[in-house]
Amino acid sequence: MPDTITLQVTRYRPDADGPPTLQEYVVPLREEWAVLDGLNYIKDQLDGTLSFRWSCRMGICGSCGMTVNGDPALTCGTFLTDYAPGPVRVEPLANFPVIRDLVVEIDDFMRKLPEVKPWLVREDGEALDDVEFLQTPAEMDEYKQYSMCINCMLCYAACPVYGLEPDFLGPAAIALAQRYNLDSRDQGAHQRLDVLATAEGIWACTYVGECTTACPKGVDPAGAIQRYKLTAATRTLRSFLMPWRAR
Amino acid sequence: MTANQADVRRYRPRTSVFWWVHRRSYLLFVLRELSCVFVAWFVVYLVLLVAAAHRGSDSYQQFLEWSSRPWMVVLNLVALAFVVLHAITWFTLAPKAMVVRLQGRPLPARMVAGGHFAAWAVASAVVAWIVLGGW
Repeated sequence: MPDTITLQVTRYRPDADGPPTLQEYVVPLREEWAVLDGLNYIKDQLDGTLSFRWSCRMGICGSCGMTVNGDPALTCGTFLTDYAPGPVRVEPLANFPVIRDLVVEIDDFMRKLPEVKPWLVREDGEALDDVEFLQTPAEMDEYKQYSMCINCMLCYAACPVYGLEPDFLGPAAIALAQRYNLDSRDQGAHQRLDVLATAEGIWACTYVGECTTACPKGVDPAGAIQRYKLTAATRTLRSFLMPWRAR
Repeated sequence: MTANQADVRRYRPRTSVFWWVHRRSYLLFVLRELSCVFVAWFVVYLVLLVAAAHRGSDSYQQFLEWSSRPWMVVLNLVALAFVVLHAITWFTLAPKAMVVRLQGRPLPARMVAGGHFAAWAVASAVVAWIVLGGW
Protein backbone atom coordinates (compact mmCIF):
# COMPACT_ATOMS: atom_id res chain seq x y z
CA MET A 1 0.00 0.00 0.00
CA PRO A 2 1.44 3.44 -0.91
CA ASP A 3 2.11 5.94 1.87
CA THR A 4 0.16 8.78 0.31
CA ILE A 5 -2.90 9.38 -1.84
CA THR A 6 -3.93 12.36 -3.94
CA LEU A 7 -7.22 14.12 -3.25
CA GLN A 8 -8.66 16.23 -6.05
CA VAL A 9 -10.83 18.68 -4.18
CA THR A 10 -13.34 21.17 -5.59
CA ARG A 11 -12.48 24.75 -4.78
CA TYR A 12 -15.06 27.47 -5.25
CA ARG A 13 -14.54 30.98 -3.98
CA PRO A 14 -17.72 33.03 -4.31
CA ASP A 15 -15.79 36.28 -4.11
CA ALA A 16 -13.63 35.33 -7.12
CA ASP A 17 -14.76 35.04 -10.73
CA GLY A 18 -15.15 31.75 -12.48
CA PRO A 19 -16.64 28.31 -11.89
CA PRO A 20 -15.27 25.79 -9.39
CA THR A 21 -11.88 24.21 -10.06
CA LEU A 22 -10.16 21.06 -8.82
CA GLN A 23 -7.13 21.42 -6.57
CA GLU A 24 -4.83 18.50 -5.81
CA TYR A 25 -3.52 17.69 -2.34
CA VAL A 26 -1.34 14.77 -1.31
CA VAL A 27 -2.35 13.34 2.06
CA PRO A 28 -1.10 10.36 4.09
CA LEU A 29 -2.83 7.07 3.25
CA ARG A 30 -3.64 5.31 6.49
CA GLU A 31 -5.81 2.26 6.93
CA GLU A 32 -8.10 3.91 9.47
CA TRP A 33 -8.46 7.20 7.62
CA ALA A 34 -11.72 8.17 5.97
CA VAL A 35 -11.96 10.81 3.25
CA LEU A 36 -12.99 13.26 5.99
CA ASP A 37 -9.70 12.61 7.80
CA GLY A 38 -7.89 13.47 4.57
CA LEU A 39 -9.84 16.73 4.30
CA ASN A 40 -9.11 17.57 7.92
CA TYR A 41 -5.40 16.90 7.26
CA ILE A 42 -5.55 19.38 4.37
CA LYS A 43 -7.34 21.93 6.53
CA ASP A 44 -4.91 21.55 9.45
CA GLN A 45 -1.60 20.99 7.65
CA LEU A 46 -1.76 22.07 4.02
CA ASP A 47 -4.41 24.68 3.28
CA GLY A 48 -6.50 26.35 5.97
CA THR A 49 -8.73 28.08 3.41
CA LEU A 50 -10.54 24.85 2.43
CA SER A 51 -14.18 24.89 3.57
CA PHE A 52 -16.33 21.82 4.29
CA ARG A 53 -18.93 20.73 6.83
CA TRP A 54 -18.44 17.99 9.36
CA SER A 55 -19.26 17.26 12.97
CA CYS A 56 -19.69 13.82 14.55
CA ARG A 57 -17.35 11.66 12.41
CA MET A 58 -19.57 8.61 13.04
CA GLY A 59 -22.37 8.76 10.49
CA ILE A 60 -24.96 10.29 12.78
CA CYS A 61 -24.99 14.05 12.21
CA GLY A 62 -25.32 13.91 8.41
CA SER A 63 -23.09 16.96 7.89
CA CYS A 64 -20.23 15.58 5.83
CA GLY A 65 -22.06 14.40 2.70
CA MET A 66 -20.04 15.04 -0.46
CA THR A 67 -19.53 13.52 -3.87
CA VAL A 68 -16.64 11.05 -3.77
CA ASN A 69 -15.49 9.82 -7.17
CA GLY A 70 -18.90 10.66 -8.57
CA ASP A 71 -20.99 8.98 -5.86
CA PRO A 72 -22.79 10.78 -3.02
CA ALA A 73 -21.30 9.57 0.26
CA LEU A 74 -20.75 10.46 3.89
CA THR A 75 -17.03 11.25 3.90
CA CYS A 76 -16.68 10.04 7.49
CA GLY A 77 -17.71 6.54 6.42
CA THR A 78 -15.83 6.40 3.12
CA PHE A 79 -12.30 5.08 3.55
CA LEU A 80 -9.29 6.26 1.56
CA THR A 81 -7.88 2.74 1.23
CA ASP A 82 -10.92 1.74 -0.83
CA TYR A 83 -9.75 4.24 -3.47
CA ALA A 84 -6.01 3.42 -3.37
CA PRO A 85 -3.84 4.17 -5.25
CA GLY A 86 -6.09 7.13 -6.11
CA PRO A 87 -6.59 9.88 -6.98
CA VAL A 88 -9.85 10.50 -5.15
CA ARG A 89 -12.12 13.23 -6.47
CA VAL A 90 -14.02 15.06 -3.72
CA GLU A 91 -16.76 17.41 -4.90
CA PRO A 92 -19.77 19.09 -3.27
CA LEU A 93 -23.10 17.26 -3.26
CA ALA A 94 -24.78 17.42 -6.66
CA ASN A 95 -28.11 19.20 -7.26
CA PHE A 96 -27.48 21.90 -4.64
CA PRO A 97 -26.14 25.46 -5.00
CA VAL A 98 -22.53 25.64 -3.84
CA ILE A 99 -21.76 28.28 -1.23
CA ARG A 100 -18.03 27.69 -1.02
CA ASP A 101 -15.66 24.81 -1.85
CA LEU A 102 -17.50 21.70 -0.56
CA VAL A 103 -20.28 23.52 1.31
CA VAL A 104 -23.74 23.44 -0.27
CA GLU A 105 -26.91 25.35 0.50
CA ILE A 106 -29.77 23.14 1.72
CA ASP A 107 -32.31 25.91 2.38
CA ASP A 108 -34.66 24.35 -0.20
CA PHE A 109 -34.94 21.15 1.85
CA MET A 110 -35.27 23.07 5.11
CA ARG A 111 -38.21 24.97 3.58
CA LYS A 112 -39.90 21.82 2.25
CA LEU A 113 -39.45 19.59 5.29
CA PRO A 114 -41.99 21.30 7.62
CA GLU A 115 -44.58 21.19 4.81
CA VAL A 116 -44.97 17.44 5.38
CA LYS A 117 -45.45 17.93 9.15
CA PRO A 118 -42.71 15.56 10.30
CA TRP A 119 -44.02 15.31 13.82
CA LEU A 120 -46.80 13.46 15.64
CA VAL A 121 -50.13 15.06 14.77
CA ARG A 122 -53.04 14.41 17.14
CA GLU A 123 -56.55 15.47 16.29
CA ASP A 124 -58.37 14.12 19.33
CA GLY A 125 -57.35 17.05 21.50
CA GLU A 126 -54.96 15.08 23.68
CA ALA A 127 -51.81 16.98 24.53
CA LEU A 128 -48.80 14.84 23.64
CA ASP A 129 -47.00 15.63 26.86
CA ASP A 130 -49.88 14.52 29.09
CA VAL A 131 -50.58 11.08 27.66
CA GLU A 132 -48.61 7.89 27.33
CA PHE A 133 -49.09 6.23 23.95
CA LEU A 134 -48.36 2.53 24.05
CA GLN A 135 -46.94 0.89 20.96
CA THR A 136 -46.18 -2.75 20.18
CA PRO A 137 -42.86 -3.78 18.60
CA ALA A 138 -44.74 -4.68 15.42
CA GLU A 139 -46.26 -1.19 15.28
CA MET A 140 -42.82 0.34 15.74
CA ASP A 141 -41.35 -1.84 12.99
CA GLU A 142 -43.85 -0.25 10.57
CA TYR A 143 -41.98 3.07 10.58
CA LYS A 144 -38.64 2.40 12.28
CA GLN A 145 -36.44 2.29 9.15
CA TYR A 146 -37.73 5.73 8.06
CA SER A 147 -36.89 7.20 11.45
CA MET A 148 -33.21 6.44 10.76
CA CYS A 149 -32.99 9.36 8.29
CA ILE A 150 -30.28 11.84 9.31
CA ASN A 151 -31.12 14.50 6.70
CA CYS A 152 -27.70 14.10 5.08
CA MET A 153 -29.08 15.02 1.63
CA LEU A 154 -27.31 12.15 -0.16
CA CYS A 155 -30.68 11.03 -1.55
CA TYR A 156 -31.33 14.47 -3.04
CA ALA A 157 -27.85 14.48 -4.60
CA ALA A 158 -28.50 11.02 -6.10
CA CYS A 159 -31.95 11.91 -7.46
CA PRO A 160 -31.92 13.11 -11.09
CA VAL A 161 -35.58 14.14 -10.79
CA TYR A 162 -34.65 16.65 -8.06
CA GLY A 163 -31.78 17.89 -10.23
CA LEU A 164 -34.11 18.45 -13.18
CA GLU A 165 -37.19 19.60 -11.22
CA PRO A 166 -36.14 21.52 -8.11
CA ASP A 167 -39.79 21.86 -7.03
CA PHE A 168 -39.87 18.11 -6.29
CA LEU A 169 -40.48 17.57 -2.58
CA GLY A 170 -37.70 14.99 -2.63
CA PRO A 171 -36.92 11.54 -1.19
CA ALA A 172 -36.06 12.38 2.43
CA ALA A 173 -39.05 14.68 3.00
CA ILE A 174 -41.44 12.04 1.66
CA ALA A 175 -39.76 9.23 3.61
CA LEU A 176 -40.05 11.32 6.78
CA ALA A 177 -43.72 11.98 6.04
CA GLN A 178 -44.19 8.22 5.77
CA ARG A 179 -42.31 7.78 9.03
CA TYR A 180 -45.20 9.61 10.75
CA ASN A 181 -47.99 8.33 8.49
CA LEU A 182 -47.09 4.77 9.49
CA ASP A 183 -46.77 5.59 13.20
CA SER A 184 -49.74 4.19 15.16
CA ARG A 185 -49.69 7.28 17.41
CA ASP A 186 -50.13 9.73 14.54
CA GLN A 187 -53.45 11.04 13.21
CA GLY A 188 -52.16 13.46 10.57
CA ALA A 189 -51.94 11.26 7.47
CA HIS A 190 -54.81 12.99 5.68
CA GLN A 191 -53.25 16.40 6.40
CA ARG A 192 -50.03 15.26 4.71
CA LEU A 193 -51.97 13.85 1.74
CA ASP A 194 -52.54 17.36 0.31
CA VAL A 195 -48.80 17.96 0.20
CA LEU A 196 -47.65 14.47 -0.78
CA ALA A 197 -50.19 13.50 -3.46
CA THR A 198 -49.30 16.35 -5.81
CA ALA A 199 -47.31 16.85 -9.00
CA GLU A 200 -44.42 18.17 -6.89
CA GLY A 201 -44.82 15.34 -4.37
CA ILE A 202 -44.93 11.60 -4.98
CA TRP A 203 -46.14 11.90 -8.57
CA ALA A 204 -42.94 13.70 -9.58
CA CYS A 205 -40.96 10.58 -8.68
CA THR A 206 -40.31 8.32 -11.65
CA TYR A 207 -38.57 5.67 -9.54
CA VAL A 208 -34.94 5.81 -10.44
CA GLY A 209 -34.19 4.18 -7.09
CA GLU A 210 -30.79 5.82 -6.57
CA CYS A 211 -32.00 7.55 -3.38
CA THR A 212 -32.25 4.16 -1.69
CA THR A 213 -28.85 3.09 -3.06
CA ALA A 214 -27.21 6.27 -1.76
CA CYS A 215 -28.76 6.23 1.73
CA PRO A 216 -26.06 5.49 4.34
CA LYS A 217 -28.63 4.58 7.01
CA GLY A 218 -30.58 1.85 5.22
CA VAL A 219 -33.69 3.99 4.75
CA ASP A 220 -35.65 3.13 1.61
CA PRO A 221 -37.04 6.46 0.35
CA ALA A 222 -37.83 4.99 -3.08
CA GLY A 223 -39.92 2.29 -1.39
CA ALA A 224 -41.65 4.89 0.81
CA ILE A 225 -42.64 6.90 -2.26
CA GLN A 226 -43.89 3.92 -4.29
CA ARG A 227 -45.84 2.65 -1.29
CA TYR A 228 -47.42 6.05 -0.79
CA LYS A 229 -48.36 6.23 -4.47
CA LEU A 230 -50.48 3.12 -3.94
CA THR A 231 -51.98 4.61 -0.75
CA ALA A 232 -52.79 7.93 -2.45
CA ALA A 233 -54.29 6.21 -5.51
CA THR A 234 -56.42 3.97 -3.29
CA ARG A 235 -57.64 6.94 -1.24
CA THR A 236 -58.49 8.94 -4.37
CA LEU A 237 -60.40 5.99 -5.83
CA ARG A 238 -62.22 5.44 -2.56
CA SER A 239 -63.21 9.10 -2.25
CA PHE A 240 -64.51 8.93 -5.85
CA LEU A 241 -66.50 5.73 -5.34
CA MET A 242 -67.54 6.38 -1.73
CA PRO A 243 -67.53 10.18 -1.24
CA TRP A 244 -69.49 9.83 2.01
CA ARG A 245 -66.50 8.00 3.55
CA ALA A 246 -63.85 10.45 2.35
CA ARG A 247 -62.12 12.62 4.93
CA MET B 1 -31.74 35.69 5.25
CA THR B 2 -29.30 38.44 6.21
CA ALA B 3 -27.93 40.98 3.73
CA ASN B 4 -24.53 39.23 3.82
CA GLN B 5 -26.06 35.88 2.88
CA ALA B 6 -28.00 37.46 0.00
CA ASP B 7 -24.81 39.00 -1.37
CA VAL B 8 -22.92 35.71 -1.51
CA ARG B 9 -22.70 34.37 -5.05
CA ARG B 10 -23.84 30.74 -5.22
CA TYR B 11 -22.57 28.40 -7.90
CA ARG B 12 -25.53 26.57 -9.42
CA PRO B 13 -24.33 23.61 -11.46
CA ARG B 14 -26.39 22.87 -14.56
CA THR B 15 -27.60 19.36 -15.23
CA SER B 16 -26.10 18.09 -18.48
CA VAL B 17 -28.47 16.93 -21.23
CA PHE B 18 -26.57 13.62 -21.15
CA TRP B 19 -26.71 13.15 -17.37
CA TRP B 20 -28.18 9.68 -17.90
CA VAL B 21 -25.26 8.14 -19.81
CA HIS B 22 -22.76 8.30 -16.96
CA ARG B 23 -24.37 5.80 -14.61
CA ARG B 24 -25.82 2.36 -15.41
CA SER B 25 -28.87 2.84 -13.17
CA TYR B 26 -29.67 6.19 -14.82
CA LEU B 27 -29.30 4.62 -18.29
CA LEU B 28 -31.58 1.75 -17.34
CA PHE B 29 -34.10 4.24 -15.96
CA VAL B 30 -34.15 6.27 -19.18
CA LEU B 31 -34.50 3.10 -21.27
CA ARG B 32 -37.41 2.07 -19.05
CA GLU B 33 -39.06 5.46 -19.53
CA LEU B 34 -38.47 5.18 -23.29
CA SER B 35 -40.17 1.78 -23.27
CA CYS B 36 -43.59 3.47 -22.94
CA VAL B 37 -43.25 4.54 -26.60
CA PHE B 38 -42.98 0.88 -27.62
CA VAL B 39 -45.89 -0.10 -25.37
CA ALA B 40 -47.92 2.54 -27.22
CA TRP B 41 -46.68 1.14 -30.56
CA PHE B 42 -47.93 -2.35 -29.65
CA VAL B 43 -51.34 -0.89 -28.78
CA VAL B 44 -51.46 0.81 -32.20
CA TYR B 45 -50.27 -2.41 -33.88
CA LEU B 46 -52.99 -4.42 -32.13
CA VAL B 47 -55.66 -1.89 -33.19
CA LEU B 48 -54.41 -2.10 -36.80
CA LEU B 49 -54.54 -5.92 -36.63
CA VAL B 50 -58.12 -5.93 -35.31
CA ALA B 51 -59.16 -3.34 -37.93
CA ALA B 52 -57.58 -5.43 -40.73
CA ALA B 53 -59.27 -8.61 -39.48
CA HIS B 54 -62.59 -6.72 -39.30
CA ARG B 55 -62.29 -5.60 -42.94
CA GLY B 56 -62.01 -9.16 -44.21
CA SER B 57 -59.66 -11.85 -45.43
CA ASP B 58 -57.84 -9.79 -48.11
CA SER B 59 -57.18 -6.96 -45.73
CA TYR B 60 -55.93 -9.39 -43.09
CA GLN B 61 -53.56 -11.03 -45.62
CA GLN B 62 -52.23 -7.58 -46.57
CA PHE B 63 -51.65 -6.84 -42.90
CA LEU B 64 -49.72 -10.10 -42.49
CA GLU B 65 -47.61 -9.30 -45.56
CA TRP B 66 -46.91 -5.80 -44.22
CA SER B 67 -45.98 -7.29 -40.84
CA SER B 68 -43.52 -9.74 -42.38
CA ARG B 69 -41.40 -7.05 -44.02
CA PRO B 70 -37.89 -7.02 -42.58
CA TRP B 71 -38.12 -3.49 -41.11
CA MET B 72 -41.39 -4.36 -39.42
CA VAL B 73 -39.93 -7.55 -37.96
CA VAL B 74 -36.93 -5.58 -36.65
CA LEU B 75 -39.21 -2.85 -35.24
CA ASN B 76 -41.40 -5.40 -33.48
CA LEU B 77 -38.39 -7.28 -32.07
CA VAL B 78 -36.98 -4.03 -30.65
CA ALA B 79 -40.44 -3.15 -29.31
CA LEU B 80 -40.71 -6.62 -27.73
CA ALA B 81 -37.34 -6.17 -26.00
CA PHE B 82 -38.45 -2.81 -24.57
CA VAL B 83 -41.84 -4.16 -23.48
CA VAL B 84 -40.15 -7.08 -21.71
CA LEU B 85 -37.84 -4.57 -19.97
CA HIS B 86 -40.91 -2.52 -19.03
CA ALA B 87 -42.70 -5.58 -17.62
CA ILE B 88 -39.69 -6.87 -15.67
CA THR B 89 -38.95 -3.48 -14.07
CA TRP B 90 -42.64 -3.01 -13.30
CA PHE B 91 -42.99 -6.35 -11.53
CA THR B 92 -39.67 -5.84 -9.73
CA LEU B 93 -41.09 -2.58 -8.39
CA ALA B 94 -44.23 -4.28 -7.02
CA PRO B 95 -42.78 -5.23 -3.60
CA LYS B 96 -41.64 -1.64 -3.13
CA ALA B 97 -45.21 -0.40 -3.45
CA MET B 98 -47.07 -3.29 -1.83
CA VAL B 99 -46.69 -4.65 1.65
CA VAL B 100 -48.43 -8.04 1.60
CA ARG B 101 -49.11 -9.63 4.97
CA LEU B 102 -49.70 -13.28 5.70
CA GLN B 103 -50.94 -14.00 9.23
CA GLY B 104 -49.81 -10.54 10.28
CA ARG B 105 -46.25 -10.90 9.00
CA PRO B 106 -45.03 -9.11 5.87
CA LEU B 107 -44.08 -11.42 3.02
CA PRO B 108 -40.48 -11.17 1.75
CA ALA B 109 -40.06 -8.89 -1.29
CA ARG B 110 -38.95 -11.74 -3.56
CA MET B 111 -42.18 -13.63 -2.85
CA VAL B 112 -44.32 -10.61 -3.75
CA ALA B 113 -42.32 -10.10 -6.96
CA GLY B 114 -42.38 -13.86 -7.61
CA GLY B 115 -46.18 -13.88 -7.37
CA HIS B 116 -46.40 -11.15 -9.99
CA PHE B 117 -43.95 -12.92 -12.31
CA ALA B 118 -45.87 -16.20 -11.88
CA ALA B 119 -49.16 -14.45 -12.74
CA TRP B 120 -47.47 -12.90 -15.79
CA ALA B 121 -46.20 -16.32 -16.92
CA VAL B 122 -49.64 -17.91 -16.49
CA ALA B 123 -51.37 -15.07 -18.39
CA SER B 124 -48.76 -15.30 -21.19
CA ALA B 125 -49.18 -19.08 -21.40
CA VAL B 126 -52.98 -18.75 -21.66
CA VAL B 127 -52.67 -16.10 -24.41
CA ALA B 128 -50.09 -18.25 -26.27
CA TRP B 129 -52.37 -21.28 -26.01
CA ILE B 130 -55.30 -19.30 -27.48
CA VAL B 131 -53.21 -17.69 -30.25
CA LEU B 132 -51.55 -20.96 -31.26
CA GLY B 133 -54.94 -22.58 -31.74
CA GLY B 134 -55.49 -24.51 -28.58
CA TRP B 135 -58.97 -22.98 -28.27
